[in-house]
Amino acid sequence: MVVFDKPHALTDAPMHYCPGCTHGIVHRLVAEVIDELGIEGKTIGIAPVGCSVFAYNYFGCDMIEAAHGRAPAVATGVKRSDPEGHVVFTYQGDGDLASIGMAETVHAAARNENITIIFINNAIYGMTGGQMAPTSLPGQVTQTSPYGRDTDHCGFPIKVCEMLSELDGPEYLERVTVNNVKNIMKAKKAIKKAFQNQVDGKGFSLVEVVSTCPTNWGMTPQNALKWLEDNMLPYYPLGCYKDRSAKEETK
Amino acid sequence: MAKLTFKTDKCKGCGLCVDACPKGLIKLASDKINKKGHHPAEITDESACVGCAACAMMCPDCIIKVER
Repeated sequence: MVVFDKPHALTDAPMHYCPGCTHGIVHRLVAEVIDELGIEGKTIGIAPVGCSVFAYNYFGCDMIEAAHGRAPAVATGVKRSDPEGHVVFTYQGDGDLASIGMAETVHAAARNENITIIFINNAIYGMTGGQMAPTSLPGQVTQTSPYGRDTDHCGFPIKVCEMLSELDGPEYLERVTVNNVKNIMKAKKAIKKAFQNQVDGKGFSLVEVVSTCPTNWGMTPQNALKWLEDNMLPYYPLGCYKDRSAKEETK
Repeated sequence: MAKLTFKTDKCKGCGLCVDACPKGLIKLASDKINKKGHHPAEITDESACVGCAACAMMCPDCIIKVER
């Protein structure tokens, strides 16, 4: 009996991610959810700019490459103009979603656009070599903040889930992580809910995955997971920030 | 007893599976080098493996197939 194997919606292409990068885990979770919901042929993914720019090579479904940060805008266009009602998801990093694509993200959420967003928050710009991102922690050393992020000069990190939860639009916002098996299972549950919401026509669902970047943090994959637990999780608390339909059910 | 199959050539030797195994059965083969130039992960004692698939779930490159 096969207990575990690569999901069908993930292609055989070797991933270009650095050793120990948690992008691979999140890719697999998304592919597993696509398999479980049986929507591989009915899904259109939007790839971002950033480390996951080649996501279109790794997912078996149709993919579109969006300009930097504009994945929610492209997803909106695809979703609204598609008479067949494909499932549309975007897969974005923090430099893409929380920086250049902030306007697109906030407005897609405010419109309660019926799309699913998988947001990878690793507190750094990975692809370009480890510059400070909008989500970099106070005091975090990066290429462009060699003495640590100075909040007097650079301001404070953006907590995307908390910020969007103040809007009336979004249907579902949850922050998860993938630092151990237990949290990976919770992350999968959240991602599945985010896709199910779209299938059910409920609206905008965003899952923020707190991730690592061992290469640009300058750590081994093991130490990066430890650093994530010690520094990222206290600043970015896990949990569900908004679940409108669950709230209505309990009323 | 479980059976683990590693797609050795796709392994990047990150070692996340090594830490994930609750029984400490996985190690990076220091005497082998794969196509990518990494020491690939391998199981030391398959008879002791219970097939929990924690290693496979932690693997970022999805190279482990677990059968029971």
